[in-house]
Parts: sequence; structure tokens; C-alpha cells
Amino acid sequence: MNAWFLLVRRDLRLGIRQGGDAALVIAFFFLAAILFPLGVGPEPQILARIAPGILWVTALLAALLSLDRLFLADYEDGSLEALALTPLSLEAQVLAKAFAHWLGTGLPLTAIAPLLALLLHLDGAGYVALVVGMALGTPSLSLIGAVGAALTLGARRSVLLSLLVLPLYIPVLIFGVGAIEAAVAGLTARPHLLLLLALLLAAIPLAPIAAAAALRQALE
Amino acid sequence: MLRLANPARFMRVSGAILPWCAGATAIFLAAGLVLALFVAPPDYQQGEAVRIMYVHVPAAYMASLVYAFLALASAVALIWRHPLADIAAQEAAPLGAGFTAICLVSGSLWGEPMWGTWWVWDARLTSVLVLFFLYLGYIALIHAFDDPARGARSGAILALVGIVNLPIIKFSVDWWSTLHQPASIMRLGGPTIDPSMLWPLLVMAIGFTLFFVTLLLVRMRSRLLAAKIRALRLAVG
Repeated sequence: MNAWFLLVRRDLRLGIRQGGDAALVIAFFFLAAILFPLGVGPEPQILARIAPGILWVTALLAALLSLDRLFLADYEDGSLEALALTPLSLEAQVLAKAFAHWLGTGLPLTAIAPLLALLLHLDGAGYVALVVGMALGTPSLSLIGAVGAALTLGARRSVLLSLLVLPLYIPVLIFGVGAIEAAVAGLTARPHLLLLLALLLAAIPLAPIAAAAALRQALE
Repeated sequence: MLRLANPARFMRVSGAILPWCAGATAIFLAAGLVLALFVAPPDYQQGEAVRIMYVHVPAAYMASLVYAFLALASAVALIWRHPLADIAAQEAAPLGAGFTAICLVSGSLWGEPMWGTWWVWDARLTSVLVLFFLYLGYIALIHAFDDPARGARSGAILALVGIVNLPIIKFSVDWWSTLHQPASIMRLGGPTIDPSMLWPLLVMAIGFTLFFVTLLLVRMRSRLLAAKIRALRLAVG
């Protein structure tokens, strides 16, 4: 357990010292989201209607941005092989790396999302569903993304990662947006949030198994 | 299964099976088309347009079946390092993508006269579209590495991860009641479709399955022959 936290801390520290991915991710989230008012026009009713979708889609793309770095730096300088030799299982290491990735992207995205929602005139009833949904959904994005990052490690094409991961992100997007829209419509967001939680609880054990299997192939 | 791992034996067995498979495919597809286009009655609501079903439903069934085959072959390849399973999975993927594309296009052509729209963001349509992209992702992944063996194994893991989509496709029409109609053939309590339409559909489904088997055998054989030619060229040159 101690080694696990050390790995999380190492990855976080590397992330911060190598130029602060978190700040870039947030900047991208902001920029991508403000393209929509410029693109579809500034009418508050239209923006309020499509705000849940804008927020989730841009958050999803922002989470995708730093994924290719998840294992790549460690793979290229050989530390991934050293890590694979440690007693900590590869599955646990994937979980630690995905957790560090979430702390660097998902968590800041969740924190900044209400501010963007304000700019997009999201209805007041949707904020709780937005924040809770993001908090439950973004860890799944990091975990599913870890599988994609491990599978494409050393591949010749970098766009490939998005092609693999985006289809698998769709359920998170559907339930995340569904929660906000239910809340705005005056219904309960609970079922959607519970489904997001279910996705997360399924991804926590399954994604590290798949990603670790892919990493073993890469290290062979 | 394991005895077929020897490529020479596979070539012999598949060469013997192939003409029979191809012949049966031709017979079933011809019979199915005649039954579907001329014998089966028009629908009391949909009229003649219901005949699209005889292509759409078998294609949809093949899209899922080929993915299940792809995942199974991938699992066999990962667990037993069965060399032919790898080839089978890789050669099945473009066929599955093709069936999925036929399913999407025919569904779109059927939806326009029946639902009044080419496309709706219905749960089943969306999940089949996701299936199509899973096929494309798999095909892109197996060719993305300098080392083909690495690509094959990464692809196999992706195929197993993507299998979560299959139950979503199957049950999407039950979980979300949307525009796409619920199951009428594979359901508890027997099919709700009339026998006069069920029979042509079953013949077409068998025809599509045989078509897949035939094409898969042809593709696997040409792949093995290509490898042999390459080995011979290297030995000579």
C-alpha cells in the first residue's frame, strides 16, 4: 500500500515538474468550451440547452489529451521495466497511474466545470448533478484511457489512441449528460449517477487487468 | 481445434471444406433471396419495404456473431498462443466491419420510409455504430506496430475489452424503449414474427453465416499462402 502511494506521488510530482499538465488541461477545457458560444451564437436559451453536452464532451476530450503520456515517458526511459520488476503488481501500478492521471486531469476538470457552466448559462438545478457526475465519471475516463494508452504503447500512430478510447467513453458521456438533463427537467438525477458509479466500480478492477496485460505485451 | 494448429493440416482440411461451403452459401443465399423477394408476403403495415429486413436482420446478427467469434479467437490466441486463432481473428475483423456497415446502411434505408428519418440517436443504433468503430479500432491497432506479433496481441486484448458492447447491443432495446423495435425472434415464449416471414429470414441468416465461413476460409488460406511465398522468397533471395 505504501509503495502504491509512493507511485501516485511520483507520477504527480513528475506531472507537475514536467510543466503542469493540469493547467494545460484546464486551459484546453476552457478554450474548447468557449468555442461553442462563438460557433452556435450567444443566445442564452440555446447555450443553456446544450451546456451539459458541451461540458461533458469537452471534458472528455480534455481527459484524452494527456493520456498518451500516461505510460510513454516511463516506457521510453526504461523505468516501466524497472517498475514491472517491483513486488507491486502491474495491475496495482496501473491503478496508481490512472489515479495520478485523474488527480491531474479529472479532479481539476470537476472543480472548474461549475464555473464554465455559469458562463454557458446552465440552469441552476443542474449544478449538483454536474459536479457529482463529473466526480464519478472522470475516474472511469482515466481508467478506460489507461487501457487504451497501454494498448497503443509504442505504436506508430498517435491518433490511434483516440480511435480506441472514444467509443468506450460513450456510456460515461450518455449518463453524465443524462444526469444533468434529468436534474434540469426537475427529475431525479439519481439513476444516472448510480449508473456512473456502477461504470466506475466495474472499471476499477477490470481496466487495470486489461491494461496490465497490454503492458506485459509491450514489455516482452 | 488444437490439431488444426498445424498450417499444413489446416490448408488440407480447409481446402477440402471450402468448395462445399461455397456451394452451400450460393444455394442458401439464392434460395433466401427468392424467398425474401418473391415468396414472403408484404407486411400489412410496411408493404414491400419490409423486404429490407431480410438483409438487415441477418447482417445485424452477423455483426454481433463475428465480433463474438473475434473475441473468442482472440482469447484462444492469448491463452494458448494458437497461431491460427490469431490469423482467424485478424481475417474476421474486416468481414465483421463489412457486415456492420451493411447493417447500418440497410437499417438507414429501411428507417427512411418507415420512421421518416435516415438516422436516430437510438440506443441500438448508437451501440451498433460503436461496434463498427470497435472493428475499425481493432483493424487499425493490429497494423500499428512494427512487430506484427505485438499488434496481434494488443488487438486481442482490445477485442476482449470491446466485448462489453455486445450485451449492450442485445439488451439496448429492452433497457431503453426507443424507436427500434424489440426482439421478435430470439425471445422467451417463442418468436412473435409470422412463420411466413420467419422462414425466409432463417434461410438468409444461414446463408450469411455460410458466406462468412467461406470468406474467412479464403482469407485465412491466402494469408497462409502469402506467408509461405514470403518465406520461400527469403530462402531463395
